[in-house]
Amino acid sequence: MSKLPVTLLGACLCLAPYGAMAQQAAKLTDPQIAHIAYTAGQIDIQAAELALKQSKNKEVKAFANDMVRDHKAVNEKALALVKKLNVKPEDNDTSRQLTQQAGAKRKELSTLKGAAFDKAYAQNEVAFHQQVNSALQNTLIPNASNGELKDLLSTGLKIFQGHEQHAEHLVQSLPARTGAVH
Amino acid sequence: MCRLIILAAVALGMLASPASPAGTIRPILMKDIAFAPKQVTVHVGDTLEWANQDIVAHTATAKDKSWEVNVLPGKNGRVVMKAAGTFDYICRYHPNMTGEIIIEP
Ligand SMILES: [Cu+2]
Repeated sequence: MSKLPVTLLGACLCLAPYGAMAQQAAKLTDPQIAHIAYTAGQIDIQAAELALKQSKNKEVKAFANDMVRDHKAVNEKALALVKKLNVKPEDNDTSRQLTQQAGAKRKELSTLKGAAFDKAYAQNEVAFHQQVNSALQNTLIPNASNGELKDLLSTGLKIFQGHEQHAEHLVQSLPARTGAVH
Repeated sequence: MCRLIILAAVALGMLASPASPAGTIRPILMKDIAFAPKQVTVHVGDTLEWANQDIVAHTATAKDKSWEVNVLPGKNGRVVMKAAGTFDYICRYHPNMTGEIIIEP
């Protein structure tokens, strides 16, 4: 009985668009958790770099710059921590699937221009941060065994919850996506 | 004569008494993606000084846009409070950081 909620949670997360992160929940090790969190950061930096190249909207560019700055800062701390703890971040199914999904999303976004790109980028930022945040909250933080890693992930969660709200504001500030994407 | 001195002292005391002298600096932390303390009461002319102890940059931005300061990690940023009122403020980068400044005349 006590195992039921965990199973249900896993099942729910797997149905989400970025379900990759929720898989293998119970089996994840610290080096794998560190790598998943780091990968998620890199993905958001790459999305922001695409936005900086593709968008002409001042607010979208400002948001993208914020993402690059913050995710770089968190990932630098993550790298310093794994070095200090002498663990080697480990590639795993979850991080590989994340990278794959992000590649597909980037390809999709890169075909869009102007306001259509801006809206799609901002909406994806909301969705991606939601997904990363729920994975951090429900899977990565509870499974991390090292205290310093847990702390860094918890700080990351608060920062990324801020990004999620910021992205929501950005979506609302952009003109509504009116039908056709040219 | 004695009486005069006492009166003068009382008068001076009253002049000086309206709480903190102008130019007081009130520190506020930016720590764990939050403002601490969350609510601060100061007087017109006082300075608020935010100290960022986090790993990312934050801002303190009045919701009515009347003042803002950007504070890099490990740095401090100041704003002199020029008008009385109650100001809700946020970090523009992390709007889950919220605070309130009450500025008395
Ligand atoms: Cu902030």
